[in-house]
Amino acid sequence: MTKTINLTLKIWRQKGPEAKGKLETYKANDIPTDMSFLEMIDVVNEKLTLEGKEPVAFDHDCREGICGMCGTVVNGRPHGSEKGTTLCQLHMRHFSDNDTIVIEPWRSRAFPIIKDLVVDRSALDKIIQAGGFISVNTGNAQDANAIPIPQETAELAMDAAACIGCGACVAACPNASAMLFLSAKVSQLALLPQGKPEAARRAVSMVREMDRLGFGNCSNETECEAECPKEISITNIARLNREFYKAGFFSSEK
Amino acid sequence: MNWLAGTLGSSIGKKLMMALTGLGFCGFLAGHLAGNLTIYWGKNAFNSYAEHLHSLGPLITLAELGLLFFALIHILTGTTLFYQNLKARPFRYSVNKNAGGRTIGSRTMPYTGFILLSFIVLHLINFHFVDKTGTTIYQIVHGAFANPGYVAIYVFAMIVAAIHISHGFWSVFQTLGANHVKYMPFIKGVSIVFSLIVALGFGFLPVYLAYMV
Ligand code: HEM
Ligand code: FES
Repeated sequence: MTKTINLTLKIWRQKGPEAKGKLETYKANDIPTDMSFLEMIDVVNEKLTLEGKEPVAFDHDCREGICGMCGTVVNGRPHGSEKGTTLCQLHMRHFSDNDTIVIEPWRSRAFPIIKDLVVDRSALDKIIQAGGFISVNTGNAQDANAIPIPQETAELAMDAAACIGCGACVAACPNASAMLFLSAKVSQLALLPQGKPEAARRAVSMVREMDRLGFGNCSNETECEAECPKEISITNIARLNREFYKAGFFSSEK
Repeated sequence: MNWLAGTLGSSIGKKLMMALTGLGFCGFLAGHLAGNLTIYWGKNAFNSYAEHLHSLGPLITLAELGLLFFALIHILTGTTLFYQNLKARPFRYSVNKNAGGRTIGSRTMPYTGFILLSFIVLHLINFHFVDKTGTTIYQIVHGAFANPGYVAIYVFAMIVAAIHISHGFWSVFQTLGANHVKYMPFIKGVSIVFSLIVALGFGFLPVYLAYMV
């Protein structure tokens, strides 16, 4: 027998970017605890649709914790309170019968709300476009063993590359800073030989773009690292700082 | 000089200025505390320490100007960061909860900073911009702490300074890019120990002068 629970939900409803939003209360009854958080919202939305009401808009895609589309703030915690878990992988067994759950969108000046729980995260894409890539000539891929990379370095780069760009770090940061995101994107390339030639330009233009987009400044609160569903470490932020100083003070990059 | 303004004016550049000036203040506090501890050797030791210090003449003026320059950078940059960070989240959450990253120190940085600024102004009025003719620095300090109000203010300010430093000290290293698995736990430990030394070392002096000599 599956256990079921009854919940009271307070969900942020907002018709559009310019509309004034507010928290509205909904009942979610007989929710099987095996369900994921998103499936629970699906149940609520089905009921709303049958009643002829507007369903709650929320972002999602893979529902297996790898695409970075999902994410809302659940009782004050981005992706809920389970460590290293995206919202789609958060299961209802972590809640108790008669709980009240407050569900809010990511809040940041750089992430305008599109509707309800859906925010526009294209600011993160703009940061990537500013330099989060390597330029290579097309042609045959070269032999993988031609560029030796120590296992430890590969692991560090891989840890940084685990970032799915969901924006939880921005949502969690008391200053709405995107430094954890940016540090992961700079680190994954700066650590590897393929990323080195463009390292200085990358660090300078990505930091500049982040500042331009209206994110806050990092003040080492470390909330981002605690909330990141991929557990990206703030040692990446220290690496970003080093890359930025190297580029700013010791390269010819302006 | 365009590149310099661009680098220092960025979010990371502003943090760098906070870190370097903040670390400078930590060094100053360590020196200041070492000097003040001569009070425990009695009024002659303290007065002669002060005399030796002032006999450095132009070097002291240079150090004072340096501290003033650092203070201007730290305060102006800190205030800018405070306003920019407030603006970055115009609409607040209705439920706020932490994941355990923040500390009392980190969440209060701007507020403890502004309290320290007011304290520093008062402190300079008390002991720097006073008429020192026909008296000794020991007499001035001892006289001031005859007032229990000053004792309370000074003890409070030193607790505030300790809270500011408890986050500030380790934060300097993270900002400078010196976060290493082997050393970070040690740096965080030093952060706590140094803030305790500041709170107890400076904080006990007014109590000692007021009630124990
Ligand atoms: C003796 C006095 C002071 C000492 C020893 C001190 C020390 C420090 C240190 C070490 C930091 C950390 C820098 C970093 O995170 O890299 C810091 C940050 C900060 N200080 Fe001070 N400080 C002092 C006075 C002040 C004053 C008067 C203000 C008033 C505006 C202030 C405001 C701030 C703010 C807002 C930050 C945080 C900046 C950020 O992380 O975004 N501090 N301080
Ligand atoms: S929906 Fe893809 S990570 Fe959650």
